[in-house]
Amino acid sequence: MSNLINYTLHLADNALILGQRNAEWCGHGPVLEQDIAITNISLDLIGQARNFYQYAAQLINESQKTEGSQVSPSGGDLEGASEDLLAYLRKEREFKNCLLVEQPNGNWAQTILRQYLFSQYQYLLFEQLQNNKDEQIAAIAEKSLKEITYHLRWSSEWIIRLGDGTDESHNRMLKAIDELWRYTGELFTPSDYEIGLGVDFIKLKESWLNKIKEIFAEATLTVPEKVFMQIGGKEGKHTEHLGYILTELQYMQRTYPGCEW
Amino acid sequence: MKMMPTINFEQLFQQKIDNEVRIEPKDWMPDAYRKTNIRQISQHAHSEIVGMLPEGNWISRAPSLKRKAILIAKVQDEAGHGLYLYSACETLGITREETINDLHSGKAKYSSIFNYPTITWADMGAIGWLVDGAAIMNQVMLTRTSYGPYARAMVRICKEESFHQRQGFEILLVLSKGTAEQKEMCQDAINRWWWPALMMFGPKDSESTNSDQSMKWKIKRKTNDELRQNFIDMIADQVKILGMKLPDDKLKWNDKTNHYDWGEINWDEFWNVVKGNGPCNKQRLDARRKAWEEGEWVREAAAVHAEKKKNIKSEAA
Amino acid sequence: MNIQIRKFYYGDIPEDKAGGNIVSSSSKSDWPLWEVFIRSKQGLDHKHVGSLHATDAQMAIENARDVYTRRMEGVSIWVVESKHIHATNPDEAESLYEPATDKIYRHPTFYNLPDEVNHM
Repeated sequence: MSNLINYTLHLADNALILGQRNAEWCGHGPVLEQDIAITNISLDLIGQARNFYQYAAQLINESQKTEGSQVSPSGGDLEGASEDLLAYLRKEREFKNCLLVEQPNGNWAQTILRQYLFSQYQYLLFEQLQNNKDEQIAAIAEKSLKEITYHLRWSSEWIIRLGDGTDESHNRMLKAIDELWRYTGELFTPSDYEIGLGVDFIKLKESWLNKIKEIFAEATLTVPEKVFMQIGGKEGKHTEHLGYILTELQYMQRTYPGCEW
Repeated sequence: MKMMPTINFEQLFQQKIDNEVRIEPKDWMPDAYRKTNIRQISQHAHSEIVGMLPEGNWISRAPSLKRKAILIAKVQDEAGHGLYLYSACETLGITREETINDLHSGKAKYSSIFNYPTITWADMGAIGWLVDGAAIMNQVMLTRTSYGPYARAMVRICKEESFHQRQGFEILLVLSKGTAEQKEMCQDAINRWWWPALMMFGPKDSESTNSDQSMKWKIKRKTNDELRQNFIDMIADQVKILGMKLPDDKLKWNDKTNHYDWGEINWDEFWNVVKGNGPCNKQRLDARRKAWEEGEWVREAAAVHAEKKKNIKSEAA
Repeated sequence: MNIQIRKFYYGDIPEDKAGGNIVSSSSKSDWPLWEVFIRSKQGLDHKHVGSLHATDAQMAIENARDVYTRRMEGVSIWVVESKHIHATNPDEAESLYEPATDKIYRHPTFYNLPDEVNHM
């Protein structure tokens, strides 16, 4: 499959998996207003995922017409790709989301940190992508930027509240950083299909790190150094978490194949 | 010198009620009126919040991205409704924390319907169609309730509620046109949710008790039985579109009364679930308590942080 | 004394007086109450829509956006901590407002204008 298709799937998978994780908080948030806030973010992410999946499906279907190949992403027969087929019938090794988004919610601190680290990255990335030579990617990126701006604002405020809150919240933030920091390197380690996209990964990482340092400083937190980074999600080599996420996500379509819902 | 006219607060209050003038937060009101409204509004709010759980149960497993998004939006709406109602309740001089404590201690009730489990995807359809359908019948009336903030919250809720029932019916409609397994799933969900939905209208009129010292005044309102009958008449027609049956073999159109005749609710089950012995009572409350308790450190951190910022501001001033 | 209580949603389920232990949490985690006012895109003024709990104005505005503007765009949101709102006492309404009803010349309908300018 082309680099563009793979990249679009990567963007879609990031949004879907993170949206799926955030939605787990529904009805269990620490306060009603925040339950609504994180569910809102989940809804936004799933909306983004759908946009990217629909585009990927379109690209796949077009390529099959022109190339005459009937090979699906999983190597089997493909009868017309669709957003649901891509989300519900691909397997673990075909998902291209980064490792960060599949990490568990843990407590509120871990969820906030995961959101913040990702949103800061997504914001800077999409800022670049809205000028991408592929018009559709650019359009989706531009449309999503408004929402992402909100996600970024919301999560960075929480980083500060928890980092500079009570001793307990501060300690929980430290634990969360310890858990998640090792997955941030992957964000800036381009996979094969990301090269030649026109995204400046070096600039991306630099800007990202500067912003993180700023917010962390205000939150009385420090950015860890010399952490060994885990990668592989973009190539389908996931942590053990993704399997369970997909088991739930895909259950209905796998148990009742070929149905309308 | 002209004498100041004495104001009889109770008369003024009753006049407002009689003239359909809304009672507002700062108005004088009898203590029993205040207490009754607190109880009713907070129970309604608790129901919205607890109601998020049976439906939230299927978000991660929704069978398509579109259904997932719709379900999240619906549950989010319910959270918002809970918020409107807590907000209305707090105008009566009680804090949200107090109402939540009452819920967690078991003192305050919430709608019993949410004590049933959602075991299949079709339950999402049944809940939207039957449970929200039943709720809407009551809610339209509540938009005319005498307490201003409650009435206004209900107006907002009603506007948002219509999509809830429609999406539920649509879920079932798609199933009813699908495979044999899907049709079976659809009928099974209807079988399990029909009678609990009827129980939402409360005890029979002949067994309605008076709680509190207040007396109910029937002005343009319908009784439990009347509402329940209207609901049955509506659903008995709609179920035909699905090609499904309601699990009541006594259900039959009566030409003379122009209503459907129907069977009998299992009142033992009704009172058992109200008492706390439903399939999910414990689970629901445990989940709410857990969320609240585990959220304590979060709420505290945010409050402490806000204080810190305020102090910095005033020092700098 | 007849008090009109409208039919309520949940039937006549009385409160259970035999409750368990009350879950108490310290007051230091209380979040203040804020009142929310929204002006819709086509609206002329901000309307009171309800209240919510938040620790600071930033959070209050974001919460208000999440709860009260989910279906609208381009709205204006005001939030005020409830304790800062001062209201008239309805019992004083007479003394505050009645004098104005004497001064009928303040009402536009008092004036008969020729048809050509009557739309003012």
